[in-house]
Amino acid sequence: MIEVSGVSKRFPNGTLALDAVSTTIGKGEFIALLGPSGCGKSTLLRLIAGLEKPSAGQITWAEGSPKPGEIGFVFQDSTLMPWASAAENVFLPLKLRRKSRAETKAEVLAVLNQVGLAEFADSKPAALSGGMKMRVSIARALVSQPKLLLMDEPFAALDEFTRHKLQEDLRDLWRRSGKTIVFVTHSIYEAAYLATRVLVMSARPGRISASIDCHIDDGTDRRTAPEYVALVKRLSDMLRLEFSA
Amino acid sequence: MNKTAERVMPIIFGLAGIGLWQAAVSEFQVPKYVLPGPIAIVQAYIGDYSTLNAALLSTLTVTFAALLFSAALGVALALAMAASDLARAAIQPWAVILQVTPVVAIAPLIIIWVNQPFLALVVCATIVAFFPVLSNTAAGLAATPHDLLDLFRLNGATRMQTLMLLRLPAALPFFLAGLRISGTLALVGAVVAEFVAGSGGFASGLAYRILEAGYRLEIPRMFAALVLLGMAGIAIYAALGLFSHLMLRRRDAA
Repeated sequence: MIEVSGVSKRFPNGTLALDAVSTTIGKGEFIALLGPSGCGKSTLLRLIAGLEKPSAGQITWAEGSPKPGEIGFVFQDSTLMPWASAAENVFLPLKLRRKSRAETKAEVLAVLNQVGLAEFADSKPAALSGGMKMRVSIARALVSQPKLLLMDEPFAALDEFTRHKLQEDLRDLWRRSGKTIVFVTHSIYEAAYLATRVLVMSARPGRISASIDCHIDDGTDRRTAPEYVALVKRLSDMLRLEFSA
Repeated sequence: MNKTAERVMPIIFGLAGIGLWQAAVSEFQVPKYVLPGPIAIVQAYIGDYSTLNAALLSTLTVTFAALLFSAALGVALALAMAASDLARAAIQPWAVILQVTPVVAIAPLIIIWVNQPFLALVVCATIVAFFPVLSNTAAGLAATPHDLLDLFRLNGATRMQTLMLLRLPAALPFFLAGLRISGTLALVGAVVAEFVAGSGGFASGLAYRILEAGYRLEIPRMFAALVLLGMAGIAIYAALGLFSHLMLRRRDAA
Protein backbone atom coordinates (compact mmCIF):
# COMPACT_ATOMS: atom_id res chain seq x y z
CA MET A 1 0.00 0.00 0.00
CA ILE A 2 2.82 2.39 0.90
CA GLU A 3 6.40 2.21 -0.23
CA VAL A 4 9.00 4.01 1.85
CA SER A 5 12.23 4.10 -0.13
CA GLY A 6 15.52 5.57 1.03
CA VAL A 7 13.85 8.22 3.15
CA SER A 8 16.13 10.54 5.10
CA LYS A 9 15.18 13.49 7.23
CA ARG A 10 17.59 16.15 8.34
CA PHE A 11 16.24 18.90 10.57
CA PRO A 12 17.21 22.54 10.02
CA ASN A 13 19.51 22.32 13.06
CA GLY A 14 21.54 19.66 11.25
CA THR A 15 20.37 16.60 13.18
CA LEU A 16 19.96 13.57 10.96
CA ALA A 17 16.75 12.07 12.35
CA LEU A 18 16.34 9.35 9.73
CA ASP A 19 18.98 7.86 7.49
CA ALA A 20 17.89 6.10 4.28
CA VAL A 21 14.93 4.22 5.74
CA SER A 22 13.13 1.78 3.46
CA THR A 23 10.15 -0.40 4.16
CA THR A 24 6.79 -1.43 2.75
CA ILE A 25 3.48 -1.09 4.50
CA GLY A 26 1.01 -3.66 3.25
CA LYS A 27 -2.74 -3.32 3.33
CA GLY A 28 -4.24 -4.62 6.58
CA GLU A 29 -0.94 -4.79 8.42
CA PHE A 30 -0.58 -3.72 12.04
CA ILE A 31 2.95 -2.39 12.22
CA ALA A 32 4.69 -1.33 15.40
CA LEU A 33 7.60 1.08 15.13
CA LEU A 34 9.65 0.17 18.18
CA GLY A 35 12.76 1.92 19.41
CA PRO A 36 14.38 4.09 22.06
CA SER A 37 13.56 7.78 22.20
CA GLY A 38 15.41 9.77 19.59
CA CYS A 39 15.41 6.97 17.01
CA GLY A 40 13.19 8.96 14.66
CA LYS A 41 10.10 6.75 14.91
CA SER A 42 7.74 9.68 15.41
CA THR A 43 9.48 11.52 12.57
CA LEU A 44 8.91 8.54 10.28
CA LEU A 45 5.23 8.56 11.26
CA ARG A 46 4.92 12.28 10.50
CA LEU A 47 6.61 11.74 7.14
CA ILE A 48 4.16 8.96 6.27
CA ALA A 49 1.32 11.29 7.30
CA GLY A 50 2.68 13.97 4.98
CA LEU A 51 3.03 16.41 7.88
CA GLU A 52 6.70 16.76 6.98
CA LYS A 53 8.65 16.35 3.77
CA PRO A 54 11.61 13.97 3.52
CA SER A 55 15.03 15.52 2.86
CA ALA A 56 15.81 12.62 0.53
CA GLY A 57 14.00 9.54 -0.77
CA GLN A 58 10.29 9.20 -1.25
CA ILE A 59 7.09 7.79 0.11
CA THR A 60 4.70 6.50 -2.54
CA TRP A 61 1.12 5.36 -2.17
CA ALA A 62 -0.01 2.56 -4.45
CA GLU A 63 -3.44 4.18 -4.88
CA GLY A 64 -2.16 7.74 -5.30
CA SER A 65 -1.57 10.42 -2.68
CA PRO A 66 -4.07 10.35 0.18
CA LYS A 67 -6.92 12.85 0.16
CA PRO A 68 -7.85 14.79 3.30
CA GLY A 69 -9.33 12.41 5.86
CA GLU A 70 -7.80 9.27 4.36
CA ILE A 71 -5.20 9.27 7.10
CA GLY A 72 -6.33 9.05 10.71
CA PHE A 73 -3.78 10.33 13.22
CA VAL A 74 -3.79 9.74 16.97
CA PHE A 75 -1.36 11.82 18.99
CA GLN A 76 0.35 11.06 22.27
CA ASP A 77 -2.04 13.41 24.04
CA SER A 78 -5.70 13.10 23.25
CA THR A 79 -5.55 16.68 21.83
CA LEU A 80 -9.28 17.22 22.15
CA MET A 81 -10.69 20.71 21.94
CA PRO A 82 -11.72 21.46 25.55
CA TRP A 83 -14.63 23.63 24.45
CA ALA A 84 -16.30 20.91 22.40
CA SER A 85 -18.21 17.82 23.56
CA ALA A 86 -16.97 14.33 22.75
CA ALA A 87 -19.38 14.12 19.81
CA GLU A 88 -18.36 17.55 18.51
CA ASN A 89 -14.69 16.56 18.76
CA VAL A 90 -15.36 13.39 16.81
CA PHE A 91 -17.44 15.33 14.29
CA LEU A 92 -14.54 17.73 13.57
CA PRO A 93 -12.92 15.89 10.61
CA LEU A 94 -16.34 15.71 8.92
CA LYS A 95 -17.10 19.32 9.72
CA LEU A 96 -13.85 20.36 8.04
CA ARG A 97 -15.16 18.62 4.94
CA ARG A 98 -18.31 20.74 5.20
CA LYS A 99 -20.63 17.92 6.20
CA SER A 100 -23.56 18.92 8.35
CA ARG A 101 -24.04 17.75 11.90
CA ALA A 102 -27.45 16.30 11.09
CA GLU A 103 -26.39 14.13 8.15
CA THR A 104 -23.43 12.67 10.07
CA LYS A 105 -25.10 12.19 13.43
CA ALA A 106 -25.37 8.43 12.96
CA GLU A 107 -21.73 8.08 11.81
CA VAL A 108 -20.44 10.01 14.80
CA LEU A 109 -22.52 7.95 17.19
CA ALA A 110 -21.40 4.73 15.51
CA VAL A 111 -17.68 5.41 16.04
CA LEU A 112 -18.30 6.59 19.59
CA ASN A 113 -20.12 3.32 20.12
CA GLN A 114 -17.18 1.49 18.59
CA VAL A 115 -14.89 2.87 21.30
CA GLY A 116 -17.54 2.29 23.95
CA LEU A 117 -18.38 5.90 24.68
CA ALA A 118 -21.80 6.39 23.10
CA GLU A 119 -23.33 7.50 26.38
CA PHE A 120 -20.67 10.19 26.86
CA ALA A 121 -21.36 11.85 23.51
CA ASP A 122 -22.39 15.13 25.14
CA SER A 123 -19.65 15.24 27.78
CA LYS A 124 -16.88 17.80 27.55
CA PRO A 125 -13.28 16.55 27.81
CA ALA A 126 -12.96 18.00 31.33
CA ALA A 127 -15.50 15.41 32.51
CA LEU A 128 -13.68 12.43 30.94
CA SER A 129 -10.82 10.34 32.31
CA GLY A 130 -7.48 10.07 30.48
CA GLY A 131 -8.44 6.71 28.97
CA MET A 132 -11.83 8.00 27.83
CA LYS A 133 -10.27 11.06 26.23
CA MET A 134 -7.89 8.80 24.30
CA ARG A 135 -10.89 6.73 23.16
CA VAL A 136 -12.57 9.89 21.87
CA SER A 137 -9.34 10.77 20.10
CA ILE A 138 -9.31 7.33 18.43
CA ALA A 139 -12.96 7.72 17.46
CA ARG A 140 -12.10 11.08 15.87
CA ALA A 141 -9.36 9.40 13.84
CA LEU A 142 -11.77 6.67 12.69
CA VAL A 143 -14.76 8.82 11.79
CA SER A 144 -13.51 9.77 8.33
CA GLN A 145 -13.05 6.06 7.44
CA PRO A 146 -9.29 6.44 6.92
CA LYS A 147 -7.35 3.94 4.85
CA LEU A 148 -4.44 4.27 7.23
CA LEU A 149 -4.41 4.83 10.97
CA LEU A 150 -1.22 6.36 12.37
CA MET A 151 -0.74 6.33 16.14
CA ASP A 152 2.08 8.14 17.94
CA GLU A 153 2.58 6.53 21.38
CA PRO A 154 -1.11 7.03 22.14
CA PHE A 155 -1.15 4.99 25.35
CA ALA A 156 2.18 6.12 26.82
CA ALA A 157 0.62 8.57 29.27
CA LEU A 158 -2.08 6.20 30.57
CA ASP A 159 -1.97 4.05 33.70
CA GLU A 160 -1.28 0.37 33.20
CA PHE A 161 -4.85 -0.94 33.65
CA THR A 162 -6.26 1.57 31.19
CA ARG A 163 -3.40 0.91 28.80
CA HIS A 164 -4.02 -2.86 28.79
CA LYS A 165 -7.72 -2.37 28.19
CA LEU A 166 -7.13 0.07 25.33
CA GLN A 167 -4.54 -2.25 23.78
CA GLU A 168 -7.05 -5.10 23.84
CA ASP A 169 -9.75 -2.93 22.33
CA LEU A 170 -7.42 -1.63 19.63
CA ARG A 171 -6.37 -5.15 18.70
CA ASP A 172 -10.08 -6.09 18.49
CA LEU A 173 -10.83 -3.05 16.39
CA TRP A 174 -8.04 -3.93 13.99
CA ARG A 175 -9.25 -7.54 13.71
CA ARG A 176 -12.83 -6.50 13.02
CA SER A 177 -12.12 -3.61 10.66
CA GLY A 178 -9.01 -4.86 8.88
CA LYS A 179 -7.58 -1.31 8.98
CA THR A 180 -3.93 -0.68 8.22
CA ILE A 181 -2.29 0.65 11.37
CA VAL A 182 1.18 2.03 12.05
CA PHE A 183 1.77 2.37 15.78
CA VAL A 184 4.77 4.09 17.35
CA THR A 185 5.82 2.84 20.77
CA HIS A 186 8.84 2.48 23.01
CA SER A 187 7.28 -0.41 24.89
CA ILE A 188 8.45 -3.89 23.85
CA TYR A 189 5.37 -5.47 25.46
CA GLU A 190 3.02 -3.14 23.65
CA ALA A 191 4.68 -3.76 20.29
CA ALA A 192 4.69 -7.54 20.78
CA TYR A 193 1.08 -7.58 21.94
CA LEU A 194 -0.41 -5.41 19.22
CA ALA A 195 1.47 -5.79 16.00
CA THR A 196 1.61 -8.23 13.14
CA ARG A 197 5.07 -6.91 12.34
CA VAL A 198 7.54 -5.01 14.49
CA LEU A 199 10.03 -2.65 12.89
CA VAL A 200 12.89 -2.27 15.36
CA MET A 201 14.61 1.08 15.03
CA SER A 202 17.98 2.25 16.24
CA ALA A 203 19.08 5.76 17.04
CA ARG A 204 21.66 8.30 15.84
CA PRO A 205 20.99 8.22 12.99
CA GLY A 206 17.51 6.70 12.94
CA ARG A 207 17.37 3.49 10.97
CA ILE A 208 15.27 0.35 10.79
CA SER A 209 17.51 -2.36 12.16
CA ALA A 210 15.10 -5.30 11.91
CA SER A 211 11.66 -6.29 10.73
CA ILE A 212 10.11 -9.10 12.77
CA ASP A 213 6.88 -10.86 11.94
CA CYS A 214 4.66 -11.80 14.84
CA HIS A 215 2.56 -14.94 14.84
CA ILE A 216 0.45 -15.09 17.95
CA ASP A 217 -3.01 -16.66 18.01
CA ASP A 218 -5.76 -14.27 18.87
CA GLY A 219 -7.82 -17.07 20.34
CA THR A 220 -5.83 -17.57 23.54
CA ASP A 221 -4.76 -14.98 26.05
CA ARG A 222 -2.08 -13.26 24.02
CA ARG A 223 -0.23 -11.90 27.03
CA THR A 224 0.64 -15.38 28.30
CA ALA A 225 1.02 -17.18 24.97
CA PRO A 226 4.48 -18.78 24.59
CA GLU A 227 4.93 -17.06 21.21
CA TYR A 228 4.34 -13.71 22.88
CA VAL A 229 6.86 -14.39 25.61
CA ALA A 230 9.41 -15.56 23.05
CA LEU A 231 8.83 -12.44 20.94
CA VAL A 232 9.26 -10.14 23.94
CA LYS A 233 12.53 -11.89 24.76
CA ARG A 234 13.75 -11.62 21.19
CA LEU A 235 12.91 -7.92 20.97
CA SER A 236 14.51 -7.24 24.37
CA ASP A 237 17.72 -8.94 23.27
CA MET A 238 17.80 -6.91 20.08
CA LEU A 239 17.31 -3.62 21.88
CA ARG A 240 19.91 -4.54 24.52
CA LEU A 241 22.32 -5.16 21.70
CA GLU A 242 21.46 -1.75 20.31
CA PHE A 243 22.37 -0.12 23.57
CA SER A 244 25.59 -2.01 24.18
CA ALA A 245 26.73 -1.34 20.63
CA MET B 1 -5.73 30.16 57.04
CA ASN B 2 -9.26 29.26 56.05
CA LYS B 3 -11.36 30.71 53.27
CA THR B 4 -13.71 32.83 55.39
CA ALA B 5 -10.81 34.50 57.18
CA GLU B 6 -9.20 35.16 53.82
CA ARG B 7 -12.37 36.92 52.66
CA VAL B 8 -12.97 38.88 55.84
CA MET B 9 -9.39 40.04 56.41
CA PRO B 10 -9.25 42.80 53.79
CA ILE B 11 -12.52 44.23 55.12
CA ILE B 12 -11.35 44.20 58.74
CA PHE B 13 -8.04 45.72 57.69
CA GLY B 14 -9.84 48.45 55.73
CA LEU B 15 -12.30 49.22 58.54
CA ALA B 16 -9.48 49.36 61.09
CA GLY B 17 -7.59 51.76 58.84
CA ILE B 18 -10.65 53.98 58.41
CA GLY B 19 -11.29 53.97 62.16
CA LEU B 20 -7.69 54.90 62.90
CA TRP B 21 -7.83 57.63 60.26
CA GLN B 22 -11.01 59.15 61.74
CA ALA B 23 -9.58 58.93 65.26
CA ALA B 24 -6.33 60.62 64.24
CA VAL B 25 -8.10 63.40 62.35
CA SER B 26 -10.43 64.11 65.31
CA GLU B 27 -7.70 63.80 67.94
CA PHE B 28 -5.21 66.13 66.28
CA GLN B 29 -7.94 68.41 64.86
CA VAL B 30 -6.48 68.26 61.35
CA PRO B 31 -8.16 70.93 59.19
CA LYS B 32 -10.57 69.55 56.55
CA TYR B 33 -8.69 71.29 53.75
CA VAL B 34 -5.54 69.33 54.62
CA LEU B 35 -6.93 65.90 55.43
CA PRO B 36 -10.65 65.29 55.89
CA GLY B 37 -11.72 62.30 57.97
CA PRO B 38 -13.92 59.53 56.55
CA ILE B 39 -17.05 61.04 58.08
CA ALA B 40 -16.44 64.39 56.38
CA ILE B 41 -15.88 62.58 53.09
CA VAL B 42 -19.17 60.70 53.38
CA GLN B 43 -20.91 63.97 54.27
CA ALA B 44 -19.37 65.61 51.21
CA TYR B 45 -20.64 62.76 49.05
CA ILE B 46 -24.15 62.97 50.51
CA GLY B 47 -24.18 66.72 50.03
CA ASP B 48 -23.26 66.47 46.37
CA TYR B 49 -24.19 62.97 45.29
CA SER B 50 -26.14 63.85 42.14
CA THR B 51 -23.20 65.71 40.58
CA LEU B 52 -20.69 63.09 41.70
CA ASN B 53 -22.81 60.17 40.48
CA ALA B 54 -23.32 61.90 37.15
CA ALA B 55 -19.56 62.41 36.95
CA LEU B 56 -18.98 58.72 37.75
CA LEU B 57 -21.42 57.71 35.05
CA SER B 58 -19.69 60.00 32.56
CA THR B 59 -16.26 58.54 33.34
CA LEU B 60 -17.62 55.00 33.20
CA THR B 61 -19.19 55.68 29.79
CA VAL B 62 -15.81 56.77 28.44
CA THR B 63 -14.18 53.75 30.10
CA PHE B 64 -16.57 51.22 28.58
CA ALA B 65 -16.46 52.81 25.15
CA ALA B 66 -12.65 52.67 25.33
CA LEU B 67 -12.75 49.08 26.52
CA LEU B 68 -14.94 48.08 23.58
CA PHE B 69 -12.65 49.88 21.14
CA SER B 70 -9.62 48.27 22.80
CA ALA B 71 -11.10 44.80 22.48
CA ALA B 72 -11.96 45.32 18.82
CA LEU B 73 -8.65 46.99 17.95
CA GLY B 74 -6.57 44.53 20.00
CA VAL B 75 -8.19 41.47 18.44
CA ALA B 76 -8.05 42.92 14.92
CA LEU B 77 -4.33 43.74 15.20
CA ALA B 78 -3.58 40.37 16.84
CA LEU B 79 -5.34 38.61 13.96
CA ALA B 80 -3.35 40.59 11.41
CA MET B 81 -0.14 39.73 13.26
CA ALA B 82 -1.06 36.04 13.42
CA ALA B 83 -2.00 35.97 9.75
CA SER B 84 1.32 37.17 8.40
CA ASP B 85 4.84 37.61 9.72
CA LEU B 86 5.19 40.76 7.61
CA ALA B 87 2.17 42.30 9.32
CA ARG B 88 3.61 41.28 12.68
CA ALA B 89 6.92 42.93 11.89
CA ALA B 90 5.10 46.04 10.69
CA ILE B 91 2.70 46.40 13.62
CA GLN B 92 4.64 45.29 16.67
CA PRO B 93 7.09 48.20 17.11
CA TRP B 94 4.32 50.76 16.63
CA ALA B 95 2.11 49.07 19.17
CA VAL B 96 4.98 49.14 21.65
CA ILE B 97 5.69 52.80 20.91
CA LEU B 98 2.04 53.68 21.55
CA GLN B 99 2.17 51.65 24.73
CA VAL B 100 5.28 53.28 26.18
CA THR B 101 4.37 56.85 25.23
CA PRO B 102 2.72 58.41 28.29
CA VAL B 103 -0.84 59.32 27.37
CA VAL B 104 -0.46 62.61 29.26
CA ALA B 105 2.08 63.57 26.62
CA ILE B 106 -0.11 62.89 23.61
CA ALA B 107 -3.52 63.68 25.08
CA PRO B 108 -3.28 67.44 24.36
CA LEU B 109 -2.61 66.66 20.69
CA ILE B 110 -5.50 64.25 20.47
CA ILE B 111 -7.80 66.75 22.13
CA ILE B 112 -6.81 69.32 19.50
CA TRP B 113 -7.18 66.87 16.61
CA VAL B 114 -10.42 65.23 17.65
CA ASN B 115 -13.04 67.94 17.85
CA GLN B 116 -15.68 65.96 19.62
CA PRO B 117 -14.67 65.95 23.35
CA PHE B 118 -16.25 62.57 24.20
CA LEU B 119 -14.52 60.91 21.26
CA ALA B 120 -11.19 62.53 22.16
CA LEU B 121 -11.40 61.07 25.68
CA VAL B 122 -12.28 57.63 24.29
CA VAL B 123 -9.34 57.75 21.88
CA CYS B 124 -6.93 58.62 24.73
CA ALA B 125 -8.28 55.87 26.97
CA THR B 126 -8.15 53.36 24.10
CA ILE B 127 -4.47 54.13 23.48
CA VAL B 128 -3.77 53.33 27.12
CA ALA B 129 -5.95 50.23 27.23
CA PHE B 130 -5.63 48.29 23.99
CA PHE B 131 -2.16 46.84 24.46
CA PRO B 132 -2.93 44.02 26.95
CA VAL B 133 -5.73 42.72 24.69
CA LEU B 134 -3.38 42.87 21.71
CA SER B 135 -0.40 41.17 23.32
CA ASN B 136 -2.45 38.52 25.14
CA THR B 137 -4.56 37.65 22.11
CA ALA B 138 -1.47 37.52 19.92
CA ALA B 139 0.19 35.19 22.44
CA GLY B 140 -2.96 33.06 22.53
CA LEU B 141 -3.13 32.80 18.75
CA ALA B 142 0.54 31.83 18.64
CA ALA B 143 0.08 29.19 21.33
CA THR B 144 -2.46 27.04 19.46
CA PRO B 145 -1.63 23.40 20.27
CA HIS B 146 0.61 22.04 17.51
CA ASP B 147 -1.00 18.64 17.38
CA LEU B 148 -4.41 20.17 16.77
CA LEU B 149 -2.98 22.31 13.97
CA ASP B 150 -1.56 19.10 12.44
CA LEU B 151 -4.94 17.43 12.78
CA PHE B 152 -6.60 20.32 10.95
CA ARG B 153 -3.97 20.08 8.20
CA LEU B 154 -4.45 16.33 7.79
CA ASN B 155 -8.14 16.94 7.31
CA GLY B 156 -7.58 19.58 4.68
CA ALA B 157 -8.83 22.52 6.75
CA THR B 158 -8.75 25.95 5.10
CA ARG B 159 -7.04 28.89 6.81
CA MET B 160 -10.43 30.33 7.64
CA GLN B 161 -11.63 27.07 9.21
CA THR B 162 -8.44 26.78 11.25
CA LEU B 163 -8.90 30.34 12.46
CA MET B 164 -12.58 30.13 13.32
CA LEU B 165 -12.75 26.60 14.67
CA LEU B 166 -9.37 26.33 16.35
CA ARG B 167 -7.17 29.39 16.77
CA LEU B 168 -9.80 31.85 17.98
CA PRO B 169 -11.45 29.50 20.48
CA ALA B 170 -8.03 28.40 21.73
CA ALA B 171 -7.03 32.05 22.25
CA LEU B 172 -10.19 32.93 24.21
CA PRO B 173 -8.71 32.48 27.73
CA PHE B 174 -5.73 34.65 26.74
CA PHE B 175 -8.03 37.33 25.31
CA LEU B 176 -10.12 37.36 28.48
CA ALA B 177 -7.03 37.73 30.67
CA GLY B 178 -5.95 40.67 28.51
CA LEU B 179 -9.40 42.21 28.63
CA ARG B 180 -9.31 42.17 32.43
CA ILE B 181 -6.11 44.20 32.52
CA SER B 182 -7.39 46.51 29.78
CA GLY B 183 -10.54 47.21 31.81
CA THR B 184 -8.69 48.90 34.64
CA LEU B 185 -6.30 50.58 32.22
CA ALA B 186 -9.27 52.04 30.32
CA LEU B 187 -10.39 53.69 33.55
CA VAL B 188 -6.90 55.06 34.14
CA GLY B 189 -6.79 56.31 30.56
CA ALA B 190 -10.19 57.97 30.84
CA VAL B 191 -9.19 59.78 34.05
CA VAL B 192 -5.85 60.93 32.66
CA ALA B 193 -7.52 62.21 29.51
CA GLU B 194 -10.11 64.10 31.54
CA PHE B 195 -7.36 65.70 33.60
CA VAL B 196 -5.53 66.87 30.53
CA ALA B 197 -8.70 68.07 28.83
CA GLY B 198 -9.70 69.90 32.02
CA SER B 199 -12.52 72.38 31.59
CA GLY B 200 -11.82 72.48 27.85
CA GLY B 201 -12.93 68.87 27.57
CA PHE B 202 -16.11 67.10 28.34
CA ALA B 203 -16.14 68.87 31.76
CA SER B 204 -18.30 66.30 33.48
CA GLY B 205 -16.18 63.31 34.48
CA LEU B 206 -14.83 62.38 37.89
CA ALA B 207 -11.36 63.68 37.09
CA TYR B 208 -12.83 67.05 36.22
CA ARG B 209 -14.70 67.06 39.56
CA ILE B 210 -11.42 66.29 41.33
CA LEU B 211 -9.72 69.21 39.56
CA GLU B 212 -12.65 71.48 40.31
CA ALA B 213 -12.72 70.49 43.99
CA GLY B 214 -8.96 71.11 44.13
CA TYR B 215 -9.31 74.65 42.76
CA ARG B 216 -12.02 75.40 45.29
CA LEU B 217 -10.16 73.72 48.17
CA GLU B 218 -13.16 71.40 48.70
CA ILE B 219 -10.89 68.61 49.83
CA PRO B 220 -13.60 66.31 51.28
CA ARG B 221 -15.39 66.42 47.91
CA MET B 222 -12.12 65.63 46.18
CA PHE B 223 -11.71 62.59 48.41
CA ALA B 224 -15.29 61.53 47.74
CA ALA B 225 -14.59 61.57 44.01
CA LEU B 226 -11.37 59.60 44.61
CA VAL B 227 -13.23 56.97 46.61
CA LEU B 228 -15.78 56.60 43.81
CA LEU B 229 -12.95 56.18 41.34
CA GLY B 230 -11.30 53.48 43.44
CA MET B 231 -14.56 51.61 43.85
CA ALA B 232 -15.23 51.86 40.12
CA GLY B 233 -11.80 50.34 39.45
CA ILE B 234 -12.42 47.43 41.79
CA ALA B 235 -15.89 46.89 40.35
CA ILE B 236 -14.58 46.83 36.76
CA TYR B 237 -11.82 44.39 37.68
CA ALA B 238 -14.23 42.12 39.56
CA ALA B 239 -16.91 42.29 36.86
CA LEU B 240 -14.46 41.37 34.10
CA GLY B 241 -13.10 38.55 36.27
CA LEU B 242 -16.61 37.21 36.72
CA PHE B 243 -17.34 37.64 33.01
CA SER B 244 -14.23 35.68 32.08
CA HIS B 245 -14.99 32.97 34.64
CA LEU B 246 -18.54 32.55 33.33
CA MET B 247 -17.45 32.54 29.68
CA LEU B 248 -14.84 29.84 30.26
CA ARG B 249 -17.14 27.77 32.46
CA ARG B 250 -19.86 27.89 29.86
CA ARG B 251 -17.33 26.88 27.25
CA ASP B 252 -15.52 24.05 29.02
CA ALA B 253 -17.95 22.74 31.63
CA ALA B 254 -19.27 19.28 31.03
